Amino acid sequence: MRHLMSPLDFTREELEQLMDLADDIKNHPDNYADKCHGKKLATCFYEPSTRTRLSFESAMLSLGGSVLGFSSADSSSAAKGESVSDTIRIISSYADICAMRHPKEGAPLVASQRSLIPVINAGDGGHQHPTQTLTDLFTIRSLRGEIKDLTIGLCGDLKFGRTVHSLINALVRYPGIKFVLISPEELRVPEYIREDVLEKNGYDYKEVDSLDDVMGELDILYMTRVQKERFFNEEDYIRLKDFFILTPEKMHLAKKDMMVLHPLPRVNEISVDVDDDPRAMYFTQAKYGVFIRMALILTLLELV
Amino acid sequence: MLNISGIHQGFVLDHIKAGESMTIYNNLHLANLGSDCTVAMIMNAKSNKMGRKDIIKIECPIERVDLDILGFIDHNITCNIIKDDAIVEKRQLSLPKEIKNVISCKNPRCISTVEQELDQIFILTDPENEVYRCKYCEEKYTGSK
Repeated sequence: MRHLMSPLDFTREELEQLMDLADDIKNHPDNYADKCHGKKLATCFYEPSTRTRLSFESAMLSLGGSVLGFSSADSSSAAKGESVSDTIRIISSYADICAMRHPKEGAPLVASQRSLIPVINAGDGGHQHPTQTLTDLFTIRSLRGEIKDLTIGLCGDLKFGRTVHSLINALVRYPGIKFVLISPEELRVPEYIREDVLEKNGYDYKEVDSLDDVMGELDILYMTRVQKERFFNEEDYIRLKDFFILTPEKMHLAKKDMMVLHPLPRVNEISVDVDDDPRAMYFTQAKYGVFIRMALILTLLELV
Repeated sequence: MLNISGIHQGFVLDHIKAGESMTIYNNLHLANLGSDCTVAMIMNAKSNKMGRKDIIKIECPIERVDLDILGFIDHNITCNIIKDDAIVEKRQLSLPKEIKNVISCKNPRCISTVEQELDQIFILTDPENEVYRCKYCEEKYTGSK
């Protein structure tokens, strides 16, 4: 039995197989409509989430399975003080596979150690969010043909953004990837990503604090939200915030085939005027998240 | 120096940093060795090499003590294994791949801070730089040993 805790749990070959399957699901959804008939997905969400939980539920329903679960700690027995280890033992009797989101880092791993069913980490605090990374990789591969020889700009909160860290970790396994890290000084990628991941593997990267200066170089722009509360003082926030807002004017500086991704939700970092630009792929990305989760459920349930 | 008689079977842990022997006593769980075992701790002994040092002598069956954790606490400790009143091995200490219930995770967002009965486990992720990370949240251990 296999679980998914980190995007690195899969080898590159396994990831390719997973994405091949997601591709086939995307192209022939009818062939998969009953694959999970009689199977149940438990969505154990100890903190609120809209997209991830609904994306999992949509994936299972599209496979002909059913779903059960809870969407906040208050509505689960965690409110009575039940441990994650006990909860998963119970859930193992009710469902065939579990997607778990928890505010405490490592909680899904603890669950997987006691579980009798596959556990998928659907986000654990600021630690990992592997299905978002799988979504990002699948979107890039689907829209670009392959993940190779790309200049990828990561913009916004690179310090606290777990999706950015996971994505960098996953992308360094592909050839010819260049990183342009666009953020204010205060929100640069943590030292361990810079030293242990990028420099250790001899990766080509640069750190800049203006989006305009690098727009023309990018094949992919991965936007994240810059949160006001991350700044030490409001002055810095006001001075810097507009540098990281994507507007139609900035899109004029970009390549014709550049694509914009965002893990969502967005607040104001991408102007709504950009949504109609054919290069804005973040809603497509969310749609592709369902296909890759379908492929993941099938793989972990060993139904392929 | 105080003299403590030799041991028939067990260990002599020498060159322990002065004042550290009690920590080692606790981390090796020497209090739970069993009623047939004897432990002697010599603290603050004179040492040509170190100025002052601690020594622990443990009289017990040698399979009863797991010495792996010593490599994490201080790999400069000399570990002599005694059988039939003679030193049969000077064990080279190395960093253990995993440390269980010796140090705890300081990350307040880690599940190990709230989940009952959960073992505190750290994994050696970078032997060259002696980096241990929490098994659950991957936070680097930065506290003192």
